[in-house]
Amino acid sequence: MKYRTVAVSTAAALAATALLSGCGSDDGGDEPAASGPASLTYWAWAPGLDKVADIWNKGPGKEAGITVTVKKQASGDDLVTKIITAAKAHKAPDLVQAEYQALPTLVSNDVLADISEEAGDAKSQFADGIWQQTTLGSDALYALPQDSGPLMFYYRQDLFEQYGLTVPTTWDEFAGTARALKEKAPDKALTTFSSNDSGLFAGLAQQAGAKWWTTGGDKWKVAIDDPATRKVADFWGGLVKEGAIDNQPMYTPAWNKALNTGKQVAWVSAVWAPGTLTTAAPETKGKWAMAPLPQWTAGENVTGSWGGSSTAVTNDSKNKKAAATFAKWLNTDPTALAALVKEGGIYPAATAAQTGGSLSKAPDYFSNQPGFYTEAAKIAKGTAPAAWGPNVNVAYSAFKDNFAAAAKSRSDFGPALTAMQDATVADLKKQGFGVSE
Amino acid sequence: MSTQPLAAPGRRRLPLVPTAALLLGALYCLLPVAWVLVASTKSGSELFSTFTFLPGSGFTDNVADLTEYRDGVYWKWMANSAFYAGAGALLSTAVSAVSGYALAVYRFRGKETVFNVLLAGVLMPPVILAVPQYLLLAEVDMTDSYLSVLLPLILSPYGVYLARIYAAAAVPADVIEAGRMDGGGEWRIFRTIALPMMLPGLVTVFLFQFVAVWNNFLLPYIMLGDDEKFPVTLGLYTLLQQGSNTPALYTLVITGALLAIIPLIALFLAIQRFWSLDLLSGAVKS
Repeated sequence: MKYRTVAVSTAAALAATALLSGCGSDDGGDEPAASGPASLTYWAWAPGLDKVADIWNKGPGKEAGITVTVKKQASGDDLVTKIITAAKAHKAPDLVQAEYQALPTLVSNDVLADISEEAGDAKSQFADGIWQQTTLGSDALYALPQDSGPLMFYYRQDLFEQYGLTVPTTWDEFAGTARALKEKAPDKALTTFSSNDSGLFAGLAQQAGAKWWTTGGDKWKVAIDDPATRKVADFWGGLVKEGAIDNQPMYTPAWNKALNTGKQVAWVSAVWAPGTLTTAAPETKGKWAMAPLPQWTAGENVTGSWGGSSTAVTNDSKNKKAAATFAKWLNTDPTALAALVKEGGIYPAATAAQTGGSLSKAPDYFSNQPGFYTEAAKIAKGTAPAAWGPNVNVAYSAFKDNFAAAAKSRSDFGPALTAMQDATVADLKKQGFGVSE
Repeated sequence: MSTQPLAAPGRRRLPLVPTAALLLGALYCLLPVAWVLVASTKSGSELFSTFTFLPGSGFTDNVADLTEYRDGVYWKWMANSAFYAGAGALLSTAVSAVSGYALAVYRFRGKETVFNVLLAGVLMPPVILAVPQYLLLAEVDMTDSYLSVLLPLILSPYGVYLARIYAAAAVPADVIEAGRMDGGGEWRIFRTIALPMMLPGLVTVFLFQFVAVWNNFLLPYIMLGDDEKFPVTLGLYTLLQQGSNTPALYTLVITGALLAIIPLIALFLAIQRFWSLDLLSGAVKS
């Protein structure tokens, strides 16, 4: 805990250290070079990553004398805690898979190494909004983007036709579509507002331009209750309140059933939705279509992210250079990316890999929309940046608690948003971070 | 548990309220088990779409899929669990027997202090200790090994406590005194006279420890990074948490959970006779 008070001012101060380390030697005691054989361990959860590592071990890794062993872990906040505990004991693995929103937490606990020198030149291969999440807005680089989850709009093509609904391009139209459906088929709903899925809400707020955590001076600024997020909260709260959409959480058996039987006819989700739909709504295969996320201003192309992770190198690694070399290969090399898509079913963050190769064909579930990934790549280009802080987990659980109550009682979302802001600020202060009001 | 005629003469009317309460309790405990049992027979597409307690058609497929998953890593986890639980429970029973006997039979300075510390240990949830134990083992470079999970489990305050209570009740001081008169060494007295008397109590300790280790989650979660060394609890957790963009492998997890309780049930059935023996002998002896 006491490290935190010292390492408070992550982004800003880290920008400074990064500058320093750029000129001077370094801050972590890197090995002189990646010479000599190196054996690296990699904690990751994505399915099939071990097979991708095998490709490395048999090919480029063999030449460079770098062997990578994947140790599969369970994803989530618990893994972040586990990594931090391991780092405190100086037993962290060389490489870790980390969700974007976990990076500030890991950096403020001094877990991750700055790999800007080894991999900073990969910047051009990623969308700015994604890249910025791995630099935390500084000159340092704490991870390489692996996969991303740009938000999109999924809808039942057949039912939209049946009820004469138009695919909404703006959020105004979205509300109109929800109301029109309710009028024509009162037992159905366009979609639901899920108070379980903080990540989705965060993505929708990003689209509206929210930046929840920023730094100024050596203090954090929390802007969860900002006008952009408030606009999003009021919009969804209004729809729930008037009964235009459902208020039940997603990812429950009841929700699976609602999708499978057409009780809910649309889903605001990310590019990975086909995988979820395959298991949640197996009987509606081929009846769905994907469209860009509705916009706040007509004609724009902005979206937020839901999910997505990166590959980071730890300070405990004795072969940081070798680890960074592997991380860069894994997330930029065409062979590696193709394998990631094939074995792991991920949507690569590297823009060049978002079309062609394994992604030249639409996912099986969406075989009726052959241009699925071409369309998706266009949407991904407009991914708005996300601004994460060191206590995303607290903000997320505050979201779940407060929005669940508001959604259930179909009351205003405004107070829930304020409560989320307050809980996040209070926790930051409790942890010893400086917070500017 | 059996339906042997009880001592009560004639047939008494079943008391309504207690019976109803117990039935409700049994239902509460057994319903989830029944759910796992039924759900493990459903294929992925049936799991959430058919009626909850309608058996599906995919049990053998599920087991085959589970066995195929990452080249059979599930069975590796089961073997690990069996090792952790078997070896852990055996060692911990041995330690409990020796220390419980010592605390019950010998008089030495600080005996009550030791016992009080032990009692405090019983009240302390092992979960709290997991992180400190990790940091300690990291000092001696032993994390991420089989021993790192096994060692912290060997000393079980509850086991020692139980063994002491049992030894105090089941091993009469006269018997030990007689052994000493006949010239038996302390170790021999313990091994040949006291140990057989303590056996039913030790079986209880063994069972408790076995179940506790089998279901243990947090300690191995913190200690182990290598998924080849995971116990089955941890392994199944990786199937559930595959990242926000990958659906959880529900069918495999449910089938895996069902298969994971079979060894526990088998163990209970196999050792049960020691227990009934214990209850009976307790009733017959004065």
